Amino acid sequence: MDILIYGIINSISLALIAIGFALVYGISRLANFAHGALYVVNGFIVWSILNILHINYLLSIILSLIIIGLIGAAIYQFILIRVRGMAISEIIASYAIGLAMLEGFRWGGFKGMTYTLPVFIRGSIEIAGIPVDFQRILLVLIGGLVVLFLWLFTHYNRIGLALKGMAQDERAAMMLGIDSDKMALIAMGLGSILAGLAAVVILPMGNIVVEAGYDKLIMAIAVCIVGGLGSWVGAVIAAFLIGFAQIITVKYIASHFHMVIALLAIIITLILRPSGLFGRQKELEERV
Amino acid sequence: MQNAGLRMIEDRRKERLNRGIKVTTEGIYAISSWQEMGYLLLPRLALICGILVLPLVIPSLYWQRVISIVCIYSLLALGFDFLAHFVGLVSLGGAFFIGTGGYIAAILNTSFGLPPILTIPIATIAGGAICTLLLYPCLPLRGVYFAIVTLMYPLVMARIIEALNVLGGTDGIIGVASFPNRWIEQYGILVIVIVSLFGLRRLVNEDIGLVFRGVKDNDQAVKASALNIDFYKSIAVFIASSLGCLAGAYLSHIYMWSGISQFALDFSIIPIAATVIGGGGTLVGPILGCFILVPISELLRAFGTLRIVFYSLILVAFIVFRSEGIMVYAERKYHQFERWVKV
Amino acid sequence: MSFEPVLQVKNVNKAFGGVQALKDVSFDVHEGEILGIIGPNGSGKTTLINCITGFIKMDSGEVTFRGKDISRQAPHKIAAMGVTRTFQIMRPYYTLPAYKNLIIPLFSPRARKAGGWRGGGKLGDRDTVCIDILEEIGFERDSFVPYKLASTLPTGYLKRLELARCLALRPEIILCDEVFSGLSMSEIASMVPLIERLQMDGITLIMIEHRLRELFRVAKKVMVLNFGEKLSEGIPEEVMADEEVKRAYLGSEEIEESA
Repeated sequence: MDILIYGIINSISLALIAIGFALVYGISRLANFAHGALYVVNGFIVWSILNILHINYLLSIILSLIIIGLIGAAIYQFILIRVRGMAISEIIASYAIGLAMLEGFRWGGFKGMTYTLPVFIRGSIEIAGIPVDFQRILLVLIGGLVVLFLWLFTHYNRIGLALKGMAQDERAAMMLGIDSDKMALIAMGLGSILAGLAAVVILPMGNIVVEAGYDKLIMAIAVCIVGGLGSWVGAVIAAFLIGFAQIITVKYIASHFHMVIALLAIIITLILRPSGLFGRQKELEERV
Repeated sequence: MQNAGLRMIEDRRKERLNRGIKVTTEGIYAISSWQEMGYLLLPRLALICGILVLPLVIPSLYWQRVISIVCIYSLLALGFDFLAHFVGLVSLGGAFFIGTGGYIAAILNTSFGLPPILTIPIATIAGGAICTLLLYPCLPLRGVYFAIVTLMYPLVMARIIEALNVLGGTDGIIGVASFPNRWIEQYGILVIVIVSLFGLRRLVNEDIGLVFRGVKDNDQAVKASALNIDFYKSIAVFIASSLGCLAGAYLSHIYMWSGISQFALDFSIIPIAATVIGGGGTLVGPILGCFILVPISELLRAFGTLRIVFYSLILVAFIVFRSEGIMVYAERKYHQFERWVKV
Repeated sequence: MSFEPVLQVKNVNKAFGGVQALKDVSFDVHEGEILGIIGPNGSGKTTLINCITGFIKMDSGEVTFRGKDISRQAPHKIAAMGVTRTFQIMRPYYTLPAYKNLIIPLFSPRARKAGGWRGGGKLGDRDTVCIDILEEIGFERDSFVPYKLASTLPTGYLKRLELARCLALRPEIILCDEVFSGLSMSEIASMVPLIERLQMDGITLIMIEHRLRELFRVAKKVMVLNFGEKLSEGIPEEVMADEEVKRAYLGSEEIEESA
């Protein structure tokens, strides 16, 4: 029973982290390797606004999301746009930027136990005999809402539909007048905001550590590969698969196995079904 | 003379022509003239002599150690350049090779008592095989997957060792034997680098090297030529990872210790930055890049992880502005001259 | 020439998303024959070659070469059996000189088995064999043309290079994807004897072409594809007289009238 509950919590948190990455890749084929960095940096931004400027918590969160969205968009507009189309250069450039951000914060002294974010609501309740704190319940709720919102957005809203069109066929979308660069900009901004949102909800449960930047990046990539690069549904399902696998191994084998599971998931996927659960086959090999 | 490149600026254009001596040295008759032989041999001799003489010229022990570290990184950078520009695979995680080679050598030495002269070759081959095996699943797929997986392996390995507390955990494996003699330690790695450099340069022009380059240029055509590209890609990965594992094994013996930091980001980022700065595709360029970056990195060690910020930003700048790199520029200047020509 | 078909294609189907690129395509080719495959743009001709040579997995169907099923094999294995192809969009190895382009097929196990370890048999190393093959294919031997970088060669030479890449493998079948396209009249005129010589050497050719007149000079049997389906098969005169084929190429008058 506790596996069920912790499994759901872990899975939704993985989904939240991965959805930003999946969004950016799905829309503009940009593998944004700064995703993990944006996650952690948002945490630090919220902490700074909260503790240095002493602004109300909710307002800090909203401000930080705006800032991180702008940072993401800036990364696209000033850097990634110049290497657009060259997949490897995009990865190197975004990874290097993420690295610069993370290590910059580490050098700036942002380490140690003092960097925490307060939970939204204190306390916990018991579900089926297992104590679950409110923060985690909020995580599940917010995560579910985010997924639902995205689904509705891309199906019914004009911009959302445009994004979905880009995801399916970039050239056709361009011919219909949808500007690829603008869409990529919006995608990066949105992806960064989602990373920030994930940070805001998850980080209060622990410290903000720079390492998390790398860890979350790996988790996001693992989820997206297993689910199929570019498929949002796949990402959610993969998040549940990996999430539950992690919880089960943690309970029955040893703790600290998160990474191993993620790595194994990637390798197994690449061997058995490289396009992932819902990925499209043509993603993988060059056109003849 | 052959026209080799043009750039349009207003009503004049820059014309690049091969130098006369470059053209005359292209055939076998170059051997008959001292001047032409000099043209061909001089840069190579200068490089070899320069490298070999370096430790004698630099007195301080600290800086001699730095030279060894430069060589370690050079092996990684050679591997990166080879894979990226001659086979079309971008490896973002050189640290994976260093760590694998380093740990294997350390284990062979501390648990089995083998001396460096044995651990290093074994670690090279075994490490190369293990890394190739672990990277094999992504070879049939697009290059992006290779980049992703190589990026992740060092990060994941470090976490796994830390979490499971195996192989010495966060303390690492201590008590690894060192080299019998300081000079062997110093010159061993220098000779290895020189041999690897010239060996790879030779390899890429051999028939099998052409197959690698074909895989990069046009892998569909290679498939249509009845060659199994996954097999050849794995040979290339084996070569590059062996070089990396060699470097890692050597490193363990230099520091007499092997630990998680061998999976550190430095080993992944510096080879890439060195290649981009030094000139990709030349195989010499990355080595030059290491000679520039690594001493700077040592100087910046006082600033902590700021140095990583520093080379990440340089890397981004070079990639975004698509500079050609030092050696590419230098080779171009050496072989060609430019002049303005009225249109 | 034996009477067993050397290549048999049965009921090949391939769909991309919603588009049915190939529908139940079947045909046979006999040894030493030249079969032309024609049809309007988008009729699935290149997809057919891709499916036969293993570059694309077909949804269903069977391809047999000398009795062996090659339907699901990897492209390099199919090439190693002797079923080679050229590419419609020519992509030589741009950074290599023309003759070095041939080193790669000569490196393959098939070429090595046929010509000895160095690909040259008793005669020489691979470089020499490359120059020889290029001479066979029409590059002037003693000129600098074979040594030029592939990126500097004109189309006519590149097309020949594509064929040379297949020849280096000592093929039994060559599937040519539009070798005549993009060539001038005189270039085609010099390609035709080459094709005939290949046939005389015992190689079976399947040629996808748009240049019908030139194709009919060499191919005695043609097959028409339209929207992925085989419309007709037979000697050129009969096929071109077929009403359906004419409609496929020229468009339907009835549709225009009713619009």
